[in-house]
Amino acid sequence: MIAELGHYALVLALGLALIQAIAPIIGAQRRDATLMAVAGPTALAQFVFVALAFAALTACYVVSDFSVVNVFENSHSAMPLIYKFTSVWGNHEGSMLLWVLILSIFGALVAGFGGNLPATLRANVLAVQSWIAAAFYLFILMTSNPFSRFAQPPFEGRDLNPILQDIGLAVHPPLLYLGYVGFSISFSFAIAALLEGRIDAAWARWVRPWTLAAWICLTVGIAMGSYWAYYELGWGGFWFWDPVENASLMPWIAGTALLHSAVVMEKRNALKVWTILLAILTFSLSLIGTFLVRSGVLTSVHTFATDPTRGVFILAILVMFIGGGLALYAWRAPLLKQGGLFAPISREGALVFNNLFLTAACATVFVGTMYPLAYSALTGGVISIGPPFFNLVLGILIVPFLIVQPVGPLMAWKRGDLYGVAQRLVWALALAIVGIAAVFVATGVKGVLAPFGIGLAIFVIAGALTDLIERIGVLRVPFATAWARACGLPRSAWGTALAHAGLGVALLGIVCESNWSSERILAMKPSDQASIGGYDLTFDGVVTRQGPNYRELTARFTVREGGNVIGVMEPSKRSFASRNTSTTEAALLTIGFSQLYASLGDPDDGVIAVRLYHKPLVLLIWLGPVIMMLGGLLSLSDRRLRVGAPKPAKPVLQPAE
Amino acid sequence: MRILAAVAVAMTLWSAPALAVQPDEVLSDPALEARARALSRELRCMVCQNQSIDDSDAPLARDLRILVRDRLKAGDSDGQVIDFLVARYGQFVLLRPHFGADTALLWLAPVGVLAIGVVALVLFARRRRNAATAEVPTQALSETERARLAELTGEPQK
Repeated sequence: MIAELGHYALVLALGLALIQAIAPIIGAQRRDATLMAVAGPTALAQFVFVALAFAALTACYVVSDFSVVNVFENSHSAMPLIYKFTSVWGNHEGSMLLWVLILSIFGALVAGFGGNLPATLRANVLAVQSWIAAAFYLFILMTSNPFSRFAQPPFEGRDLNPILQDIGLAVHPPLLYLGYVGFSISFSFAIAALLEGRIDAAWARWVRPWTLAAWICLTVGIAMGSYWAYYELGWGGFWFWDPVENASLMPWIAGTALLHSAVVMEKRNALKVWTILLAILTFSLSLIGTFLVRSGVLTSVHTFATDPTRGVFILAILVMFIGGGLALYAWRAPLLKQGGLFAPISREGALVFNNLFLTAACATVFVGTMYPLAYSALTGGVISIGPPFFNLVLGILIVPFLIVQPVGPLMAWKRGDLYGVAQRLVWALALAIVGIAAVFVATGVKGVLAPFGIGLAIFVIAGALTDLIERIGVLRVPFATAWARACGLPRSAWGTALAHAGLGVALLGIVCESNWSSERILAMKPSDQASIGGYDLTFDGVVTRQGPNYRELTARFTVREGGNVIGVMEPSKRSFASRNTSTTEAALLTIGFSQLYASLGDPDDGVIAVRLYHKPLVLLIWLGPVIMMLGGLLSLSDRRLRVGAPKPAKPVLQPAE
Repeated sequence: MRILAAVAVAMTLWSAPALAVQPDEVLSDPALEARARALSRELRCMVCQNQSIDDSDAPLARDLRILVRDRLKAGDSDGQVIDFLVARYGQFVLLRPHFGADTALLWLAPVGVLAIGVVALVLFARRRRNAATAEVPTQALSETERARLAELTGEPQK
C-alpha cells in the first residue's frame, strides 16, 4: 500500500508539473496575473507530492519490504539502518527519485523566496523548471519505476553492493545532485530571460546566489566522492579521470566560469550573451553527467543497448533541453543589448581570461571523455584516454590560469593598472620563490615540476590573501583597528579570498601527494616490521570478526615513530555472503595533514600481502575544497547576494567598500 | 561516482578487489621498479573500465605488469617497451594516445578552443569599438530637426 501511495503521489506530481509548465507561461505572455500566480502553489505542491513519494520508498526500505523489486535488489534485512536509508538512492531508480526530489525542493524555494522577482520572470522561471520536472517524472514513471512489485515476494533481499555500504553514500550523491540540480535554476533563469528577450544586471543578481549555492554543493560533493574513492578502493588514488568523475567535473568547471561571468554581468552589465550561454551549457553538462552515468553508455556501449527504452528516452530529454535551449539562444540572444565597454587590462579582462581557460579545460575534459565513444562509433576501432592524457593537458592549461588568478581581484574595473597590481603581488612572488628554493634545498635538483608546483601554490594562496591583508592593514595598524576593519569587510571579499586560496591549498596537497608519496608492497608475517616515510610498522597478526552482514579479516599494525608508539592501524577485508563479494577497508592514520595508508591483499599461509603508503600533506587535497566551500558560504551570506534578497541596505550601516 | 564504476567492474569481472601490484612482482632493483611503475600507469588494462595495469587486479593486468618488467630486465628502453606493447595490442593499450591523424582532434581541442576564444574576443572587441564610434553623431542636425528643436526649447536656433 505504501509503495502504491508513493507511485500515486509521483503521478500527481507529474500532473501538477504539466499545469505549471503551461499556465504561467501563457499568463506571462498575456500579463495575466491569475495564470501567473498558478506557479507558486503548484511548485510547493509538487514538492509535497515528490517528498511523499520519496518518503514512501524510504519507508519500504526501512521495513525491508522485499515485495518491492527495487528494495529486493538493493537491500538486505540484516543491513544496518543507516544503509537502509542510503540504499534508497544507491541504485538507478531511487537516485532518479532523489534527483526529482531535489529539483522540486529548488522549485519550491524559488516559489517561496522569489517574491521580489518581477512577476513575469518568476512565472517563466517556474514554468521552465516544471518542464524539466515533467520530463523527469515521465522518465521515472515510464522507464524506471522504483515502486514496481513482485507478484510473489521473495523472502530476503539481494543486499546493497558492499562497496556502497559506506557513509560516503549518505553524503556524496545528495551533494552532487544538489549541485547538478541547482544549476537547473540558472538554466531556467536563462531560458526565461530569452523568452522575455530582456536581461539586465538585476537578473545576474538574482541568478548568482542560486548558482553559488549549487556550486558549493557540487564542490563539496566532488571532494567527498574523491575522498571516498581514496579510502574505499584501496589503492590510494584520489582522482582517476574516470568518465563518471569527468561527468561531475564538467558542470563544476562550467559552473565556476558561470559564477565569474555573472559577476561581470552584475557589476558592469557586460558579457550578457555569454553568461546566458554558460548558464545553458552548465545545466546541459549536468544533464549529460547525470544521464551518461545513469544510462551506462560511458562504461560500456552495451549496457545502453540492453535497455533501449531508457537510452532512447534519455536521448530525447537531452535533445529537447540542450538542443531546445541552444536553439532558443541562437534565435533570441541577438536581441539582448550589449553592456559596458572595458579595456583588456581590467577586472573584466581578467574574468574573461578566467572564462577562456575554464572553457578550454571543460572542452578538454569533454572531448577526452567522449572521444573513445565517438571514435568507436565512427571508425569501429578502440582507443583509450586516461589519466596520463588529462594530467598532461590540464596540467598545462591550469598554469596560466593560476598565475592570473591572484591578479584578477586586485584589478580595477574598466581599466586596470597591471604595474600597480604587480607591485602589490611582489611579496607573494617573493614567498613563492622562497618556497621553490626551499624545495630545491630539501630534495635536491631532481626535477623542476615539483618545486614549481609548490611555488605556484604558495603564490596562489598568498596572492589570494593580498587583498584582505592590505584592506585590513595587518601589521600596519593596531590590532583593534585591524580587527574592526576585518569585521567591516564585506563577506563577499572574504569569500573571494578564501575560495581562491582554497584552490592553492588543494594544489599544494596534489603536488606533495604526487611527488613525495612513498609506497611499499610487501608480504608480511606476524611480528614482521616495515618502515615507510620515517615510521615503523609492526604487523601484530590477524583476527576475524563478524559484522552485521559480513565477516571481516582484520590485520593489526602498531605504528612507531622513533621507538614511541603513535597509533594502531587495522586494515581489513570484508566478505559479504549475500553477494559473494568482498571489499578492502583501508586503514588511515592521520599525522597532521599527512596520512599513513594501509590496505590488505589476499592472505596465504599466514603471510599477507600489504600495501603501505605514506602520503605527505594529502589531506590538503580535500581541505582545499572545504575552504572553497567556506568562501562560497561567506559570499552567499553577504547581504547583497543573499538568496532572493537583493534589497538595498540601510545606508547608515553599510560598510565602506 | 568513481565508486559506481568500480562497482560495475567488480560485479562483472571478478569478485574480490585485492591489491594490484603483488609483492612477488616487485623488482629488486629500485630504479628499474620505479620505471616499471611509471610505465604501468601509462598502460591500460584492456579488460577493465579505464584502469591502468598499475591499478588493476585483473589477471591480464598482472600478466602485462610482469611482461613490462621482463622487457625492462632484458634491457629495453621505456620507448621500446611501449612500442612492443603497441605492436602487440594496438593503440588501445595506451592511456595517452599518440598524436596522429585519428587523434589530432583530441590533442588540438584545447588549443583550438583557446584560439577560437581569442579570435572571437578580438573580433568582438573590434566590432564593439566600431559600433561605439559609430554611435557618436557625425552629421549636423538637418533643417527639420533644427526647427523641431527650436519649437521644443522655445529658443530661436542659429
